[in-house]
Amino acid sequence: MVVDKHGSPLLAEDNISPDTRHGVILYVEDVSVSFDGFKALNDLSLYINDGELRCLIGANGAGKTTLMDVITGKTKPDVGKVSFGQQVNLLDMDETQIARAGIGRKFQKPTVFEKLTVFENLELSLAGDKGIWTNLFHKLSGEQKDEIGKILHTIGLVKECNMLAGALSHGQKQWLEIGMLLAAKPRLLLVDEPVAGMTAQETERTAELLTSLAGEHSVVVVEHDMAFVRSIARKVTVLHQGSVLAEGSMSEIQANPEVVRVYLGEETGDA
Amino acid sequence: MIPNSIQSLFSNSAFKKLGSLPFVVGCLFITTLYVAVCNLAFPADSALHVSTYTVTLFGKYLCYALLALAVDLVWGYCGILSLGHGAFFALGGYAMGMYLMRQIGDRGVYGNPELPDFMVFLNWDSLPWYWAGSDSFIWMIVMVLAGPGLLAYIFGSMAFRSRVSGVYLSIMTQAVTYALMLAFFRNEMGFGGNNGLTDFKDILGFSLQSDTTRVVLFALTATFLALGFALCHFIVNSKMGRVVTAIRDSENRVRFIGYKPEHYKVWIFVVSAMLAGIAGALYVPQVGIINPGEFSPLNSIEMVVWVAIGGRGSLYGAIIGALVVSYAKTRFTAIMPEAWLYALGGLFVLVTLLLPKGIAGFVPAIADKFKANKSTKNTQSVSNKTTPEVK
Repeated sequence: MVVDKHGSPLLAEDNISPDTRHGVILYVEDVSVSFDGFKALNDLSLYINDGELRCLIGANGAGKTTLMDVITGKTKPDVGKVSFGQQVNLLDMDETQIARAGIGRKFQKPTVFEKLTVFENLELSLAGDKGIWTNLFHKLSGEQKDEIGKILHTIGLVKECNMLAGALSHGQKQWLEIGMLLAAKPRLLLVDEPVAGMTAQETERTAELLTSLAGEHSVVVVEHDMAFVRSIARKVTVLHQGSVLAEGSMSEIQANPEVVRVYLGEETGDA
Repeated sequence: MIPNSIQSLFSNSAFKKLGSLPFVVGCLFITTLYVAVCNLAFPADSALHVSTYTVTLFGKYLCYALLALAVDLVWGYCGILSLGHGAFFALGGYAMGMYLMRQIGDRGVYGNPELPDFMVFLNWDSLPWYWAGSDSFIWMIVMVLAGPGLLAYIFGSMAFRSRVSGVYLSIMTQAVTYALMLAFFRNEMGFGGNNGLTDFKDILGFSLQSDTTRVVLFALTATFLALGFALCHFIVNSKMGRVVTAIRDSENRVRFIGYKPEHYKVWIFVVSAMLAGIAGALYVPQVGIINPGEFSPLNSIEMVVWVAIGGRGSLYGAIIGALVVSYAKTRFTAIMPEAWLYALGGLFVLVTLLLPKGIAGFVPAIADKFKANKSTKNTQSVSNKTTPEVK
């Protein structure tokens, strides 16, 4: 059940910042989720370090998307603990509050506002007051315009600034969505299959984009494309049947016989 | 650092901000002036005379236009297909009707200075509690806004927070208006039952039968339509309006960038309901009656058809749609009343098939095609240029 905190003063929530003194930005501990008896997540524990770029891999049904849903508040786990930094308990918050606290999520399918321009898409995503009355009279400040300009540069959509987002190519929509996440100044980015359906060139650009984001942000990437994972990952976590099967660098993972058996087996051929 | 394209966006925005606003307000002003002068200054046998019947008819159309604006605000911009906006319109109308009933005073058939005729007929000896204050003009204005606004707030909060949307929501809105219709049909409700409220005499001391009052009511309706248009225009062009449009396109994305879509939806729904209430309140003194038939689900569907035909997501389109369809209805029902619904249905199908963006989308669609051709050429050359230079 989604915890309902509507009507609470929303400004206070914007001040939430995760306590990362121990170097860990996301704690997922002993989380289980089941749907009608099917264990989508089974006693899963995962720690994401502040500023790292982590790849999550796993076969279909391994629980990757469910894990994303749990972190962003879309699904509530049956048991377990999820916290942002040491203090902020994400299980008490709804999607909007979690987003405001600084966790951005990119969906599997590119989701942008098609009838708004690229610029307007970013404008709406900027961090700031998300209340109705302020936005009714809101005017962009010079600073915010600069901010949008910077993001347009980062995601390489400067020339498309005034185009409707719906008219962008598939790859450009993916970048725009990443840009929208950046505009919200998140600490943690969850990116679900960013290169699905991209050309080789687009994939390469996306890899550069994501690697450049790590450091300032912590990035978790869920991806099927092994070549892509190999090109960006420093640390890989393999999920299998709802729990962590192995964790380590790409070469360690590839050498792990358990992993090879359940997941990489059929794909290592192209390595 | 900031590219030219961003700069050009900002210089355009001043122009973009006004859009069709001056045109619509200008048209309304000229029409009002024309109607007022031609009705009041020219004698009935003059060729330039506009009959009081026509004034009232056009006044009614303008009420519909304001109502269409309200429907377009929620449907066209926020994607909430309300099939129950007739309820808000009728509630606004009933608030005005109650006030007008009380103005009759002892001139009713039964001559009771306190009670409206239908209550005397029902052998009631005092006003029900909810009629308290209904003889005050100010209270009437409050109720015109509060009645529809409150219903919209309660319904909206429950429906949007439970994340009901799409067809389910539409059916629920339809059920609300239907339930209200059944309730208002009952005599015990204290709203005149089947017959509704009618036989109005005057408003603020001015006779409703006089030409001057009619023209003033027409002018007021035009003014409120202009104000309503300006308000909607302001809303949809603000950042708040862009959030609303974004909710229409992808509610989840909006939620995951930190907005509360349900708050925005309730807000826009309430504003829209209030606009519909104002339209109803202006409608009643002009047509001289309000009855439960206004709650009929069919009415609410017709409103959606106006907007679809005029152009969903275009404010002036909604107005055009309401005017065109209402005028066609007046004409058609005079010639072949039984064929009207078929004609309306046919018109709806034709517009949906041939002009998916309605009348208002027709001209911009051609312009857009031209622009799109140009911009795709631009981006192609741009992406060819930019991709190699990325490090």
